Amino acid sequence: MPREGILIKKPIERLTGEQVQQIHDASITILRDPGLLCFNRRAAEVFRSHGAEVGDISGSSTPSWTVKIPGKLVTDALDKAPSTITLGARNPDNVLVIKGDEPRVYYITGSETNTWLDVDFPAYVSKTDSSREKRIPEFKPRRGTVADLCASAHVCEHLETVDGYIRTVNIQDKEINETNKDVNKFFACLNNTTKHVQSGLTKLAQLDNVVKMAEIIAGGKDKLQENPLVSFITCLVKSPLQFVDNTTETFIEVCQRGLPVVVSSSPQAGTSAPIKEAGIMAQINAEVLAGITLGQLVNPGTPVLYGSVPVRARMDTLGDSYGSIETTQYNIDCVQMARFYNLPNYSTSGVCDTKIPGQQSTVERLFSDILVTLSGPQFLHCAFGLLDCNAVFCLLQAVLDDAHFKMIKNFLREPRINETELADIRKQITDVVATPQKMFINYIRPVMRSGEISLPYPFEGEGDDDDVFYLANERMKELLAKPVEHIDEATTQRIFNEIPGLLPGLNFYERENQS
Amino acid sequence: MSMANLLEKLKENVIQGRKTSEDIGIDESLTGTPGVVEMVEEALEADIPAEELITSSLTAGMEVVGEKFSSKEYYIPDMLASADAVGAAMEILKPHLEKANVPTRGKIVLATVKGDIHDIGKNIVAILLKGAGYEVVDLGIDVPEDKIIETVRSEKPDYLGLSALLTTTMTEMPLVIKALEENSLRDSVKILIGGAAVSEEYAMEIGADAFCADGFQAIKVLEEMEKANGK
Repeated sequence: MPREGILIKKPIERLTGEQVQQIHDASITILRDPGLLCFNRRAAEVFRSHGAEVGDISGSSTPSWTVKIPGKLVTDALDKAPSTITLGARNPDNVLVIKGDEPRVYYITGSETNTWLDVDFPAYVSKTDSSREKRIPEFKPRRGTVADLCASAHVCEHLETVDGYIRTVNIQDKEINETNKDVNKFFACLNNTTKHVQSGLTKLAQLDNVVKMAEIIAGGKDKLQENPLVSFITCLVKSPLQFVDNTTETFIEVCQRGLPVVVSSSPQAGTSAPIKEAGIMAQINAEVLAGITLGQLVNPGTPVLYGSVPVRARMDTLGDSYGSIETTQYNIDCVQMARFYNLPNYSTSGVCDTKIPGQQSTVERLFSDILVTLSGPQFLHCAFGLLDCNAVFCLLQAVLDDAHFKMIKNFLREPRINETELADIRKQITDVVATPQKMFINYIRPVMRSGEISLPYPFEGEGDDDDVFYLANERMKELLAKPVEHIDEATTQRIFNEIPGLLPGLNFYERENQS
Repeated sequence: MSMANLLEKLKENVIQGRKTSEDIGIDESLTGTPGVVEMVEEALEADIPAEELITSSLTAGMEVVGEKFSSKEYYIPDMLASADAVGAAMEILKPHLEKANVPTRGKIVLATVKGDIHDIGKNIVAILLKGAGYEVVDLGIDVPEDKIIETVRSEKPDYLGLSALLTTTMTEMPLVIKALEENSLRDSVKILIGGAAVSEEYAMEIGADAFCADGFQAIKVLEEMEKANGK
C-alpha cells in the first residue's frame, strides 16, 4: 500500500478562476514573444522540428538560439503529461502515488546544502549565582560529508512525517569529485532510507550509472519503470526565460529514460523576475510550461512535476528571502496553477532566512508550512532541517520540523461527527451529569490511546527551563541508534562490482566484516 | 484463584485503572473481566486481610502507576482512573479497617469557597487523595463559611482544603480562616489552599498552612505534614 498523504478537502486559493486564466494567457503570450533564450542545441532543434520559431543568435561566443513557442505546442504538451505519477520506493509501503487533480500532500526533505550544522550543549554557570548552571546550545557549521548524508537519510527514514527524501547535504569529502559524486550521493540515500529518493545530477555522464544502480536495486529495467525508486530535479530554465545548456541536456536524457523528473524554476522577484506578483507568476508559469513542453516533445508521456521554487528578494541585500510573506503567496499561487493543468506540483515551504534554529526559524517555517500545506500541493519539498535559505542543514532542526508537521497533520484530521458518534455522546453526557463530580475524564483514555487527540509537544522541558533543543537532540540520537533497513548484501556487492566510483566506506557489509 | 494470584491480578487492575468490570483500561481485552471493586469483594470473601490488599495490591499498583506517570508513559487521565479505582476499593475496605483498628492516613474536608462554582481541580485532588488512601469529605462548590465550620466541627478532619479559581472569590479564604479562629477550630486542622487564583505567597499572607499547585503537590504536602507529626 502506498503512503497516504494528507488530503486537503478544501484547499485554500488566493487566485480567482479569472486570475488563473489571466496568468495562463500571459504565460502563453510570453512563450510566444519574447520566448526563451536557449543555450542548448538539442532543445532548440526539438522545438524547431515541432514548429516553434527558432532563430540563431549570431556573433555570440556561446551558441544560442531564440525559441518562440506557439500556444498550441504548450497545450498539446499539457494534454500528454500524465496527471498521476508513481514515485517508487525500496519499501512498497513508502511508494507515493501523486495525482494532479487530487490535493493530497506528501512531505519531502531537501534541498541540497553545502553546510552541516553540528550542535553541542556546553554548560554555562551564572556570574551572579554560581549554583545556577544552564545548557546552552552552540551551533558549529562545517562542510557536509558522505557520512552526514547517510546520517540525514537514516534519521529521515525514522521521521514519521517525512514521505520522501531529497538529498539534504552536498557531499564534499576529499575523495569525492565530479565524476563520482552522483553515484555516492544516490547510494548514500538509497542505502539509508526505504523512502523515495530524489536528487539533481552533478554530471550527466553519471546518469547511466545512477539509473543502473536503481535498476539493480529495483530488480531490473522494467521493475524500475514500474517502481521508480529515484527521480530527478532539473533546473533547466534559468530565470528569466533561459534554457541552460547542461541542465537542459540532463533533462532531455532523463525524459528519454522515462523516469519522473521535476521541471523546477526558481525566479527571484525583484532581480530575475518582476517584483510584482502578477509578473513573477506569469514568468515562473511560462518557465515551467516551457520545460514541460520540451519534456513531452522529447518523450510524450514523460512523468513531469510542475516544480515551483519562487522567492522574493531581500531589500537589504537582494539575496533570497524565503521567509518573506510574498514567497509563501507565490508558492500558493503556483499550487493553484499546477492544479489548473492537472499536474502534480513540487512546491516549497519551510525555508527560513535565519541561520540557526530558534524562534525566527520556527515562525518563518511554520508560517509557510501551514499555509502551503493547506493549499494542497502533492509533493511539498518543505525544507526539513534547512536554515539560512538553502545554505545550511541541521539534523536537530529536521527532528523539530517532524514534530511540527505532526501537529499540522493532526490538525487536518477529518472531523468525526456522525449519528453514531452523536448517539454515543448523548449517552455519555446523560451518564456523566448524573454523577456527583460531573467530569468526563473516564472517557478520555480510549480516545487518547486511539490517537484521536494529539499529544503534548514532545520537547517540553521540566519547570521553567526551555529544553526544546536539548530534548530534540536526545531524540535525534535515539533515531540514529535505531537500525535502518540497508540494501541486502548480495545487491550491495553487485552494485559495488558494477558501479564505478563508490567509496568503499559506504559498503555496510564490508565495514561490518572488518569490525 | 490462589491468594497470590488474586493479589497480583488486583494490582494489575489498579495499574490498568479498571474500577469495575465495565471499564476498558489500557488492555482492551480485559473488558468484562472483574475490575478492582469486584476483585476486592472477592478477596474479602476469601478472608484476605484488608491490610494485605492495601499493601500488596493497591499501594503496589499505585507505585507502578506513579512510575509510568513519571516516565510519561501514563498521563493524568490514567493516573486518575487508577486513583479512582483505589478510592472505590478504600470505601469498601473502610469498615474492615475500622474493625481491625487500622488507622487511615487521615481525613480531609474539601470545598470550593462561596461564590465560586469551579471544581475540576478540586475534584481531581479528591480522586488523587482517595487513591492515596486519605478519607475525603467533599463539600462541593459555592460552600458558605458556616457550612465549612460546621463540617470541621462534626467531622474533625486532619486537613481542610479550600479551592478558588477566581480573584473575586479567593478573598473568601481568609474569611473562612478567621471564622475557624473565632470558633476555636483553627488549631485543630491544617489548612491547604489551591486553585488558579492563589499562590504560595497568598497562602502565607492569609495564614493558611500550605499552598498546593495541583493534586500531586497536595499528596506531597500531606505526606510532609504526616512526617512532621511523627506519623
